Amino acid sequence: MPLLKLTIDNIEVEVEPGTTIMNAARKIGGHVVPPAMCYYSKLEGSGGKCRTCLVKVSQGSFKDNRPMPKLVASCRTLVQDGMVVQNTTSPEVIENRRAITEFLLLNHPLDCPVCDQAGECHLQDLSYQNGLEETNTDEARRTFAPIDIGNLIKLHMNRCILCYRCVMVADQITDSRVHGVLGRGDHSEISTLIKKAVDNDFSGNMIDVCPVGALTDKTFRFKSRVWFTRPFDAHRKCTKCSGKTVLWMKGEEILRVTGRKDKYGELEEFICNDCRFVYKQPKDWEIEGPRKIERHSVISQNHYEKLDNEENEDKIEA
Amino acid sequence: MAKKILLDNIDVPGLASFEVYKQLGGYSAVEKALKNLTPDQVTGEVTKSGLRGRGGAGFPTGMKWGFIDKKSGNPRYFVCNFDESEPGTFKDRHIGQLNPHLLIEGMILGSYALGARTSYIYIRGELFYVLKIIEKAIAEAYKNGLLGNNILGTGYSLDLYCQPGGGAYICGEETALLESLEGKRGNPRIKPPFPAVVGLYGCPTVVNNVETIATIPWIINNGYEAYSSIGIGNSKGTKLISACGHINKPGVYEIELGLPIEEFIYSDEYCGGIRNGNKLKAVVAGGSSVPILPAELILRTATGEPRLMSYESLSEGGFQSGSMLGSGGFIVMDHTTCIVKNLLTFARFYHHESCGQCSPCREGTGWMEKILHRIESGNGSMKDIDLLVNISKHIEGNTICPLGDAAAWPVASAIRHFRAEFEEHVKLQKCPF
Ligand SMILES: Cc1cc2nc3c(=O)[nH]c(=O)nc-3n(C[C@H](O)[C@H](O)[C@H](O)COP(=O)(O)O)c2cc1C
Ligand code: SF4
Ligand code: SF4
Ligand code: FES
Repeated sequence: MPLLKLTIDNIEVEVEPGTTIMNAARKIGGHVVPPAMCYYSKLEGSGGKCRTCLVKVSQGSFKDNRPMPKLVASCRTLVQDGMVVQNTTSPEVIENRRAITEFLLLNHPLDCPVCDQAGECHLQDLSYQNGLEETNTDEARRTFAPIDIGNLIKLHMNRCILCYRCVMVADQITDSRVHGVLGRGDHSEISTLIKKAVDNDFSGNMIDVCPVGALTDKTFRFKSRVWFTRPFDAHRKCTKCSGKTVLWMKGEEILRVTGRKDKYGELEEFICNDCRFVYKQPKDWEIEGPRKIERHSVISQNHYEKLDNEENEDKIEA
Repeated sequence: MAKKILLDNIDVPGLASFEVYKQLGGYSAVEKALKNLTPDQVTGEVTKSGLRGRGGAGFPTGMKWGFIDKKSGNPRYFVCNFDESEPGTFKDRHIGQLNPHLLIEGMILGSYALGARTSYIYIRGELFYVLKIIEKAIAEAYKNGLLGNNILGTGYSLDLYCQPGGGAYICGEETALLESLEGKRGNPRIKPPFPAVVGLYGCPTVVNNVETIATIPWIINNGYEAYSSIGIGNSKGTKLISACGHINKPGVYEIELGLPIEEFIYSDEYCGGIRNGNKLKAVVAGGSSVPILPAELILRTATGEPRLMSYESLSEGGFQSGSMLGSGGFIVMDHTTCIVKNLLTFARFYHHESCGQCSPCREGTGWMEKILHRIESGNGSMKDIDLLVNISKHIEGNTICPLGDAAAWPVASAIRHFRAEFEEHVKLQKCPF
């Protein structure tokens, strides 16, 4: 099959048929990549929900050069040959993305000062980039008490943006899913039925895929702000997973183990709960070296990695 | 008297029973189609009749059937959308309750045309008593050789099931319906792919509304020309209208498309005028999801033409001065009605019914309800009115399914046409009604 040509913000790129606009944009990289709060390339069927990745298609294809009537979710819209896509060059996209960011923050508790995710939270990034100077605080927010879902994971439903990633992780990489979305609309919640415990070898990945601080690691809770810890690539021989992880260390102490995430915050590989929760001694691991964190929020400020200046300027402006 | 296609025999006692239905000529269309017509000929009749979907969107039915993927080799399904739960819409129930065999006959015809061997009627969970009626009728149809193996000895076989819904308005959205029918949470799917290619259990599927399906036997019996000679422009045939609100004779009426709305509201054949001789204030013409129109714009278009009951006429003027035929839920309000309060009721409904999958609808519907509540209870500000417009604008077009639009349009249109009334609430710091 011949490659398809398209432009995103006037930058030309060629992709395989069946590629989404989002992945075409990721092929280009930089500011043309729309923010993704729900899409996760490793999870089948993810995306389409948060609507932060909406873009304008100002020409459908070479064959049909009409614009698409509405903004489209770039993570779920396939590229056509000759498509012309606008991301940050479209005022309509900018306006609606701001509105959607505001929607996502409407019921969010803004409790970053006491949230373990702060510093590596995609909602923080999104609001820095697209938020308004003021957020709307007139309305009462929906509130839930934090609950334990199993003995390793804490759920702060107040912070959840209902991206469904954790549900898909449980569906797609564990034997059985015991949690899900209960209820409808803004009163829906992630929960287990009748306080069942989430307990399987890969449940910890739910924490890694959660874009916000709704699911956090109980073994790491309140131990440190993430930007005071230093990430190292490390591995061990594991019979359940690849054993390739990131150790988040303070001095000689391993405070937390996570999977390795790429620049879009997606795990390169899912890891097992043994690697994540059990092996917390430096002697358990073969340390490879410092991990470069390609993200634009405060987490990148770890002290031994100077960010590539050009790229960084670009991101701060965006 | 206007032509009756769906409600012709509706008052005949015992119509819900097989014997009475059969005596009145029932199931003759099945006999005709299965014995003398190919499936494609049945689809052809429906296409040429000009029938459009009666579930709200008005999509041409024959064209929809034509999209079904017959090449994939997978089973095909025909599904009836009986989730009727839009505020103001209660026409499908009328058919299901009083004339269930008409619906079953339409199901057989549609299934035959599409090549479906298994079909479903997905009925709103609250209509349990109607489910019972339909199940009884299905059992009768099986007993009389109209369902099951080798129908009427023609070699065509069909199983038909009636499935109660989980009690959510969103399950009326066709892809949420399919999810629910599969036993999952009723979240709308992201389209494409459309059900005609990937539908129930991943197989090609057509979903149609009850009224759409119930029209098919008449088209097969009388031919497409007879059907398309009724109506006006691209609005062929008859339409059920469930009229409610401040009128003298609420009820379900069958009208020929093209009927002037003024006649529908004021003639004794239909609504019989406004209660107590009150003044007409506004109408929501097609179920709670469509834009509200003030009296002057519902009776006449902005250019002064009489407004008609048809897809084209009701949408004339776009959203600036028009609305939509929608599902045919006709809600009439007289001069004693508070538009803000009415809108609050709608907003509460959409907030309650949003599935919560996509952020604009999940967050926006609740936000609009809160603001409307504030204005109606006398605590609103002028800023709130603009905020409402702003929120509705950012929901519209940005969501997975049309429920987001359906929540946004009533708000946008009520403020467009009745802004003064919102401002009055703010100025007086209370409801003036
Ligand atoms: C939120 C929502 C609710 C809906 N509810 C119904 C319903 O109760 N009954 C119905 O027939 N169509 C309903 N629809 C429209 C269906 O999605 C679909 O268009 C229709 O069943 C197609 O049938 P038709 O082509 O015969 O009109 C709804 C749509 C939305 C977005
Ligand atoms: S808990 Fe996290 S991963 Fe799960 S739906 Fe909520 S935000 Fe998404
Ligand atoms: S628009 Fe509303 S009802 Fe439809 S999918 Fe989105 S959240 Fe659900
Ligand atoms: S990332 Fe595309 S809709 Fe969420």
